[in-house]
Amino acid sequence: MGIHPLSLIFNRNMKVSKSIETTKNKILDLIKIDHISKAYSGHQALSDISLTIPDKSIFGLLGPNGAGKTTLIRIITKIIQQDQGKVFLNEEEISYDLVRKIGYLPEERGLYKKMKVGEQLIYLSQLKGLSRTEAVKRIKMWLEKLDLKSWWNKNVEDLSKGMAQKVQFIATVVHEPKLLILDEPFSGFDPVNADLIKNEILELRDKGATIIFSTHRMESVEELCDNIALINQSKKILDGSVKQIKEEHKQGQYIIDYMGTLPIKESFDVLNQTDLEGDLKRAHIKFHEASKPNDLIAQLIGSVQLFAFSEKIPTINEIFISKVSPSHE
Amino acid sequence: MKFLFQKYLQVMNKVSLIIFREYLTRVKKKSFIIATFLGPILMGAVMFLPTYFALNTQGNQSFQVIDESGLMGAVFVSDNEVSYEYISTNLDIAKSDLLENDVDGLIYIPEFELNEPQGFALYGASNQSISTLSSIENTLELHIESLRLSASGLDKEVIDSFEANIDLNTINLSNSGGEQESSSGAATIIGYIASFMIYMFVFIYGAMCMRGVIEEKSSRIVEIVLSSVKPFELMMGKVIGIAMVGLTQFVLWILLTGGISMLISVFLSPEALEMGAANSEMSSEADMMATALSALGGINMTLVLSSFLFYFIGGYFLYGALFAAIGSASDSDADAQQFMFPVTAPLIISIISLSLVLQDPHGSVSFWMSIIPFTSPIIMMMRIPFGVAPWELILSMFMLILGFLFTLWIAGRIYRVGILMHGTKVNWKILAKWFMTSD
Repeated sequence: MGIHPLSLIFNRNMKVSKSIETTKNKILDLIKIDHISKAYSGHQALSDISLTIPDKSIFGLLGPNGAGKTTLIRIITKIIQQDQGKVFLNEEEISYDLVRKIGYLPEERGLYKKMKVGEQLIYLSQLKGLSRTEAVKRIKMWLEKLDLKSWWNKNVEDLSKGMAQKVQFIATVVHEPKLLILDEPFSGFDPVNADLIKNEILELRDKGATIIFSTHRMESVEELCDNIALINQSKKILDGSVKQIKEEHKQGQYIIDYMGTLPIKESFDVLNQTDLEGDLKRAHIKFHEASKPNDLIAQLIGSVQLFAFSEKIPTINEIFISKVSPSHE
Repeated sequence: MKFLFQKYLQVMNKVSLIIFREYLTRVKKKSFIIATFLGPILMGAVMFLPTYFALNTQGNQSFQVIDESGLMGAVFVSDNEVSYEYISTNLDIAKSDLLENDVDGLIYIPEFELNEPQGFALYGASNQSISTLSSIENTLELHIESLRLSASGLDKEVIDSFEANIDLNTINLSNSGGEQESSSGAATIIGYIASFMIYMFVFIYGAMCMRGVIEEKSSRIVEIVLSSVKPFELMMGKVIGIAMVGLTQFVLWILLTGGISMLISVFLSPEALEMGAANSEMSSEADMMATALSALGGINMTLVLSSFLFYFIGGYFLYGALFAAIGSASDSDADAQQFMFPVTAPLIISIISLSLVLQDPHGSVSFWMSIIPFTSPIIMMMRIPFGVAPWELILSMFMLILGFLFTLWIAGRIYRVGILMHGTKVNWKILAKWFMTSD
């Protein structure tokens, strides 16, 4: 019994409709960040940041090192106090009691070295409000899931870095938080563990959790994030759904494979040109007229044989660099 | 009200989780168990070894005596510890024989004038102990004195009958009209022990607080914990948990020391104790102990013990909070050193001032130092056995409570910022800035 082709189409359509919904903001916002500012002695860490984070989605907080991501996260988790502005969770101003229900994996993370894995996880879960019996049950389940079952009675200092990170991840999710905040979750993870954690994040999202994660590495963003915000030098530069941002940052660039000689016209520039096999060439074209791709094709087919035509959609990484690089300011 | 109460329970629940973690991880440590058992053994050794050496080393000394004056015959009498042998050989020959014979020394008594006794000497292969010297000098002096007395025509027995020996009984009058026998000897001993214990406790467990904070900070667990509890709750949990470790160790030490000293007294058994009593030094020490013990009844032991517990805990809280704040500002033990001295200075000053306080337990220096919270735990414990007016004690305790609330407040403000800072070079100015940072 194979998979019916229709089911594939059906699935794809589902996905599209979901992201459209997100863009239209039909889904409730779980978090509203309202004009947050924070200054450390003489240095502005965040200036007037406003954001909304939709429920049941994965939100990427992007920005170069030192942009203010960790400061913003620490304000959401009430570890530090903002100078101005408010944070709302489900339309309620955030409080210590609400924070305790969040799952938070800080960038600066570690464990008590001299404590045993099981004991330590029980302690951290109890601090999150779980009863001891409930904690033991869930921790056993997680340790088994992440292949750490035999480590219950081992000291944390005997763990490899990757294993310690898995233990930290368990401590973050063990109380089944509706909201997960992960600060640079993939830094320091080896590729295998990073993949494991990535899958866990997706699974948690599918179960209805909202996940915020910060990163300065873009590879993971396009795979995981439904929405992003880009912060640079304490200011929010852009935010929105990944799809929408990409759409907005298209610059009328196309990549074509052709044979023949490209005409010289004022309506487009050839950014670069490479030889493929035989007489086949590839060119990167910037089309100045804000018209449809067909207009460009119409201008080209008179002179060349077209073999392939595609619009160049910028990656988040490219948008990030173009927004953040000093030449842009 | 009900809401507030529930909230209170929730906070207490979190803090007690922290307290128990801090307590259990430390109590289960090998170093704690070893220190708990070694402490009393060391204390026992301190009590046992001097007695042991006193009994065994001084044993059998032997001296030769040359009496050229002919006045000192049978003055030196052998007993089971020291034997004296009168010889009539020439001094030079005796001296050269001395090194070959198995003799500890040679006492030489020349011909001398009663009015101007000179030329006495003690020859020996090695230096004699001060107690040996003074006992020989004493014997000679006493005999010469009685020789002089009989030369002036007075009877020794008549003189002896004039001799008086007085023990001054010190009695404290209380406002209620009662009289209480007291002993400054016992008061001194109790005061010293209590003061030193508080000093050690504050130092050892304060430093433990500091290291605990540094460990939490350097292992980077702190931010994970801070997503569940407030910094102040974490700090308080640690301070209280470690206080409980200290109390546990203290109680175990008392019990074990008691047990071990009982064992030792059984081992030393009656005959050993009798021998000890025969020794003149030992007996004077034993006398002092006996008077001290009998005077214990004069000191209000309930008051001493309960105020000891109070100053023990109050002093620890006051300093423990400051130590925790230092820890929060440091990435390593080495970083913490620069802040240690100013914080511990009042403790060290208190210990140094103890002798001053002893000279005048009710003077103004003693009074003020026992009111100021930074010095009061140590100084007040020295004063209490000598008797302190109730209002002074209440004022001092009240000030100590204010004092530790104050240091907890200051420490909490520094801690909440410091605990998240890594790799900053911290100085006093930065600490002040952290303190001023608004919430």
